[in-house]
This record gives sequence, C-alpha cells and structure tokens, in this order.
Amino acid sequence: MRDVPELEDALDLAVAKGASYADIRVVRRRQESISVKNGTVEGVSMSEDRGFGVRVLVDGAWGFASSSKLDLDEALRVAGDAVRIARASATVKQRDVSLAPVRPVTDSHTTPCRVDPFEVPVDEKIQLLLDADGLVREDRRVRVSTASMSFFEEEKAFISTEGARIDQKRVESGAGLSAVAVGQGEVQRRSYPAAFGGDFACAGYEFVEALDLPGHAEQVGREAGELLEAPQCPSVTTTVIVGTNQMALQIHESCGHPSELDRVLGTEASYAGTSFLTPEKRGKFRYGSELVSITADATIPGGLGSFGYDDEGVPAQRTPLVDGGIFANYLTSRETATRFGEMSGGTMRADGPHRMPIIRMTNINLEPGDWTLEEMIRDTKEGIFLDTNKSWSIDDKRLNFQFGTEVGYLIKDGAIAGMVKNPTYTGITPEFWGGCDAVAGRDEWHLWGIPSCGKGEPMQVAHVGHGSAPARFRNVRVGVGKW
Amino acid sequence: MVGAKGKALRSRDHARVADIVLNTSRADQVEVAVETADIYLTRFANSEIHQNTGEHTTEVVVRSVFGQKVGVASTTSLDRGAVEETVRRAEDIAKLQPENPGFPGLPGPAEYGAADGYCEETAACSPEQRAAGVAEICGLAVKNGLVASGSFSTAAREAMVANSRGLLAEMRFTRANLLTVAMSTTGSGYGEQFSVCVGDIDPRQVAEEAVEGCLADAEPGDVEPGEYEAIFEEYAVADMIQMLAYMGLGALAFQEGRSFMSGNIGQKITGGNITIWDDGLDPAGVPLPFDVEGVPKQKVVLIEGGVARGVVYDSYTAAREGKQSTGHAISPLPSAGPFAVNLFMAGGDSSLEEMIAATKRGIYVKRLHYTNPVHPVKSLLTGMTRDGTFLVENGRIVRPVKNLRFTESILGALGSAELVSRETKLLPLYSLGGVRAPAVKVKRFTFTGVTEY
Repeated sequence: MRDVPELEDALDLAVAKGASYADIRVVRRRQESISVKNGTVEGVSMSEDRGFGVRVLVDGAWGFASSSKLDLDEALRVAGDAVRIARASATVKQRDVSLAPVRPVTDSHTTPCRVDPFEVPVDEKIQLLLDADGLVREDRRVRVSTASMSFFEEEKAFISTEGARIDQKRVESGAGLSAVAVGQGEVQRRSYPAAFGGDFACAGYEFVEALDLPGHAEQVGREAGELLEAPQCPSVTTTVIVGTNQMALQIHESCGHPSELDRVLGTEASYAGTSFLTPEKRGKFRYGSELVSITADATIPGGLGSFGYDDEGVPAQRTPLVDGGIFANYLTSRETATRFGEMSGGTMRADGPHRMPIIRMTNINLEPGDWTLEEMIRDTKEGIFLDTNKSWSIDDKRLNFQFGTEVGYLIKDGAIAGMVKNPTYTGITPEFWGGCDAVAGRDEWHLWGIPSCGKGEPMQVAHVGHGSAPARFRNVRVGVGKW
Repeated sequence: MVGAKGKALRSRDHARVADIVLNTSRADQVEVAVETADIYLTRFANSEIHQNTGEHTTEVVVRSVFGQKVGVASTTSLDRGAVEETVRRAEDIAKLQPENPGFPGLPGPAEYGAADGYCEETAACSPEQRAAGVAEICGLAVKNGLVASGSFSTAAREAMVANSRGLLAEMRFTRANLLTVAMSTTGSGYGEQFSVCVGDIDPRQVAEEAVEGCLADAEPGDVEPGEYEAIFEEYAVADMIQMLAYMGLGALAFQEGRSFMSGNIGQKITGGNITIWDDGLDPAGVPLPFDVEGVPKQKVVLIEGGVARGVVYDSYTAAREGKQSTGHAISPLPSAGPFAVNLFMAGGDSSLEEMIAATKRGIYVKRLHYTNPVHPVKSLLTGMTRDGTFLVENGRIVRPVKNLRFTESILGALGSAELVSRETKLLPLYSLGGVRAPAVKVKRFTFTGVTEY
C-alpha cells in the first residue's frame, strides 16, 4: 500500500519510547450495499474507510491507538499515545505478556474473485434484486419482501518490529432475500439462502449470480404464507434433525466461541462470558459423540473466515477442535499459545484499523459424515426437522443454549408429516452433541459465510465461515415456552 | 447551532467539510453529516489490564437526492479530494436508481432544545485515570480472594448535520462507563455506572457492589424451572426495555405489523404501573438534541399506565402517516427504521428491600444475559440470568441459585408487575444512548431451563 513506508516510521518511535514489540496495520476498506423492499429501492450506499492502528508492548503490557488520518505526524502522535496507554496498562498487571515466536515473512495474499463486484453496474444489481423481490410477493400473504446484496473489499498492510511485511486483499460478496407474512395475529418470516442478509463468501459477483435469488423467491414467499396457517411447534422431547443453515449457528455458538482461548482464559468474562472448555479438558473431554469432528480451517479458498495471515502475521492454519467427539484444541494467538508452550494457531483478527486484534473464529466446520438427509428422515420414527436460524441465545459459559428457527417439519414414521411454526429447541452443549447419531455427507455439506460475529469491547464484528451438513440429535427438548 | 449550554460549537473541520459538500453538490438536495470521535477503553480481566485502546475517528456521510432518487456514500477522510469524491459517488448512486416514492425529501431548518450532554472532564480523561479506577476495583477483588474483569471507557464526540434546505445542527457529547464482574470459583457479582461525566463514576462503589454480590453468590444450588414471583434489579429491567425498543417501539416495525404495538395504540398491553417514554433532552439521561437527519428529538410517550400510546418516527416512516418525524432516525437510509435511544421507565414507590419482603417464593435476578427475541409480536424473549440469581422465600433471600433460562413475554410479565422501585439507574443503550430504569417485582415469570453453575 502506498502509505505504508512513511507510516512505519511510527514503529521506530514506539521502540525509541520503550516498546519491546510493535506492529502497525494500515487498512483501507470499502463496502457497497443495495437493498430493495416491496418493489422499491430502499437504499444504495457506498462507504470507504481507511486508517491505521499501532499496537505496542511496553513493560510487559499492551497499548493500542489508531487514527483515520493517514500521515506521518499523526502516525507518530498515535504511536506515542499507544506507548503511554501501554505504560498505564503496566500499572495493573499480574504478569508480563509473552509472545510465541513466529517466523517474520514478506508476503502477499489475495482471496479468489472472478468478477469484481464493484465493477458490475449498480442498475444491473438493482434489477436482479427487484426481479427477485417481485416474485416473493406473488403470495398475497406476504406483507414485506426484501432482497439485498453487499460487497466488501479490504486491503491491509501489516508490519512488525520483528520484520514481518505482509499485504493482503480480500473481496467478499453476499446476497439474500426474505418474506414476512402477516395475518391471524401472526408474523412469520422465511429467508433464502439464510436469514440476516443471506450467504456470503470471499468471492466476486459470480457468487451472487450462483445463488439464483429469482429462482428461489416464489418458494420463500409461499412458505412464509404457509407458516401463518401452520400449527404451533409441539412442546416435547424428541429427535431433531438440524438443517445445514441452522447447524452453522449451532457450531458457531456452542463450539466456535467456547474454543476461543482468550475467552477460556477469562478476557471476555465481563462481556459475553467465559467457556466451559477449561484447559484441563483439552485432549480428554467428551464434547460429543464419535461422529462429531469439528475443524477450524482458515485455508479453504473462498471461505468467509479464510485469509493468508492473521493480524499478528501468523499463517492461516487448519486445526482440529473436536476429534471423534473429544475436545482437542483451541483457537489461539501468540500470547495465549504460550500458556501451552505452543505456536499460535493464527486466529487473531481485528475489525478494521481502529480495533486491537483478538481471537476470532476462522471457518469452523462440522466434518461431513456418511448419511444423507433423506436417509436420516427415513430412519426417524418420530421427530422434527428444523432449519434457517431465527433466534439464538446461550449462557455465559456456552452450555445452556436455545435456538429458534424459521420453520420446522414434523417427521412421523420416516416421512415429513407437516409444517410447524415458531419452532425452538434447547439443550446443554455436550449433552446435545453427545446425542448426535448421524451427520450427512459431503454432497450436502455447505460452507456458510456469516459476516456478523460480534465479540469484545469495543465491539468487533468478524466475518467467519461455518461448514456444515444436516445432522440428527436424539432426546432434544423442542417447543420451549408458553405459546 | 446547539451545544453544551447553547454555546455555538461549530468545528472548523466540520464547517469546511460542510462547505465543500454544499458547494460542490449538483443534486436537487444534499445532506452531509460529520462525526469526529475520540474513544478510549481500558479493559481488564484476571485482575489486570489486558487491552487498552484509544481511537481517533472521523466519518463524513453524504446523502444526495435527485427527485426521489437517493444515494448515500461515506468516507473517513476529511481531505477535500476525498470529500468531493464522496459527493460524486453519492450522486452517481442516486442517478442510477428508480424513484423511491416513499422518500419525503430532506428535513428543513429547525430549532433545537438545550441538551447538555458534554463534560470536559470526560473528554480529558487520561489512560492513567482509567487505570487508577481499574486498580481500585482489582485491588478490592484480590483482597477478597476474587478475580475482577470489566471495562472503563470514556468517549467524546462532535457531530454535525447540514443540508441544502438550510438545516444546520451541531452537538458534542461525552460518555463514561465503568463496569465489572467479580468472580469466585463458584459465583459472580456485577457493578456498573454510566454517565455523561466521568466524575460521577465512583470505582469504589462499582467494586463494592460487584464484590458483595459475588460473595453472596457463593456455591449456588439448584432450583426447578417454572413459574415464580420474580424481582429484577435495574440492570435486568433496562435489558428488557432495550429489547422492547428493538422489537417494536419504532414506527417501521409498527407499520409493517411486526411490532407488539401494531394495532394496539390506545389498548392496554401491560401493567398499569408501567410507563415508558423516550426523551433526548432530559438531563437525567444522556442527552442528544437531534438525530442523524438533524431533526430535533421530541419526547415520545410510548407506554403510559400500561396503555400503548405511540412509537418513534424518522422522516420516512412519519411521511407514510402524514406525521412529523420525532427525531429518531439512526440512518440516512430507510431500511434500519427509527429507534428510541433515550429511554426512561417511570419509578414507583417501592424499594428492593420491600420487594424482597413482599415475596413468598420467588427468584431475585441481578441481570440478564444474551437476551434475544423469540416472537416480537408477542414480546417473547429468551435469555439467561447472570451474576447473581437468588431464591427468595417468605420475605428474605435464602440462598443463591444456578443461572436460569427464561422464555417469557416481557409485556406479559410486566403486566403482573406489583412493585416498582423509587430509585432508577442510568445504563448505556447500544453505543450512543441510555436507558433509565427502576427495579421491578412481578407476580409471574416463567423460567424454562437451568444450567450447571
């Protein structure tokens, strides 16, 4: 990046003022968002932001400062600010920060992108969304139809006092649509391919075209309408088949977050909490049944949680978190990995230039099994199939969870027996995963992109991925609450 | 122009950007919003500071209008070239669009009420001052054999909105927030204070509240889920009010039939002792005189004596009903809808002690965790209790219990509110606003699950 050679002088200043380690990230980001609603363009926006952040270790404690103003004077001011902040941190410390070694590299990395989404004319994108949006409203029960797409580009330079110089560029694309039907005192929503904006990937406009929003729009509208007429999900303990989209959030909340070693060591305690996966459990604890293997993989081309290097200059890696049901590893950073005398797992990422990197999920994936969804349903005497996330909540150790999905289908004697509305299910994480007795295979496995994972104070939003296939769980409580 | 105590504040940088945008625009109408922020946050865990940050940010947002075609573009640079490029981009985006018949045009000039939300002491707060506050908390925790975690943040922001119709609004405001969780091997306690002025925050009080709560929460036992009387401290009630705002106190959800307010204006929807309003000018909250469109904030009574009275509006939603915006836009685009960010719930005539004394068998809840809507029209919410859950029997707290999950209609539960505290507490609402809430005792609340700690 053009500005970097000048700004990296800030690192010299930090060292001169007493920093034992310093790094600088210079970041430029742009985002385009387009949404249509009920046949009208709701908004087209283009944002650009740029800035840099300086992270320093002084007297064994961290300091971080950032600015939107990219010039040398500001970089020197910010570096001085970071050192002062670090000295203040050092007045309240229990131990000195130490960092696992990393080989400093000079390298660059770019995510795959065939069709630059920022070069596709805005009116062409709008027309695609209007076409899909119109089809959603073919069902008269639909009160609100929406279709949206968004594109994100980030260029990032990382330089450290250890000699790393890394340039990275990523392009992300995503789109989705939804229908809200209103009637009979009910409000019901269906979405495609997922709720909350759809599906996302490190890819170009080709990803949006492949989603074929118009091809799925009528079904989305029709199902939202049908849900108004559907009976309430029964309150029972039964067999649950979780669809691939809901499975993504199940993995996210009950495996991804609790595997973050900074959370395990307490640094998120006052915000979203800690984790039940305490260090003595590593390598021993039965997290789930033998069919459950979960992997963190930042190396999958196109994954929303993929990258070349993390924000400490550590290369992307593939790490088993749960292996044959046994909890195996954490997501780690250079600092936290020293607790085990290991190298970093390369999962430190910051939400733009103004945030200090923290441990984030990469692509956290349930490894595929050898069933099919059809076989699972045929093999289930009584149960319910749930898909498309609608609501989520989990306790501050990531044990007691409750999810709601947009739709449920009762299963009786090996066949779908009808739709139910407002389905919810709840459980305790290891008990739930312990009840897993079937996972679908590679053909039904999908790598979802979730661009909205929140963590930390100040809040940081990460873009993560979850590979998942439908899976079956025994003895799950569904239909929670009074309806 | 408005600002602290009516003093004109217009930043030279902001004025320069406004001039560039207004003078280079070729659109029928144009709006520019500029915000400059200095935000510091000292974060601690395991009784030490582990993250300590300072950020200086700027943002320029331009909304260009041709007829009823609207384009929005933004940049974080205040350079002339970048600002001009942002204007061109907003115009290009607008021109490529079909007309949006719902766009009512940009708001005109307005008068602003005095809203003093700025404190020099907060703006000048140093890393050393924040570290000293954290040291006091960690010291008391360690002295009691506990571990402290939390954050101490201070922020100063200046914001300006100007448009080609002659609207010009400017404000500056500060926020200070200190919170901590004190933890033992079996229990936890919580303390938090929030204010415009950092001098109002007492780290010792925050520490004592969390430490005393944690010591009382030692070795929590089991309790069966089910329907109980329940006492909610201000933290829990503030969470409920925030979720009500999220689920349905804005006009967009109301108009689309997605809100518990839809079709219910004038109807009783909760307890007669529940009154909730939004007021951006009340100094008992965290004042903000106008919204992102530069529209002055109006006081809006949302629920009065349990009766649904109204919702908050931005320009788009107000135009649909032929009304005036109440000054609650949070985005220059209509998709987000308006949001109430200066919320108040009226206090009553009770106290936490009286609530405990009036409880035969119930659950005392310090705060809620990870609340999320299950069904917005029914105001059905799920979440967990956290950092102090206690069993109350025959008028006294008898023992701590493990955290409980609830799945409950909030308006339904507040419909059985028996007692509301005189005292209210100001707490942050998302990144900008605040909610001032009392403690409440309800006759019925449904806990639907337990956890292991």
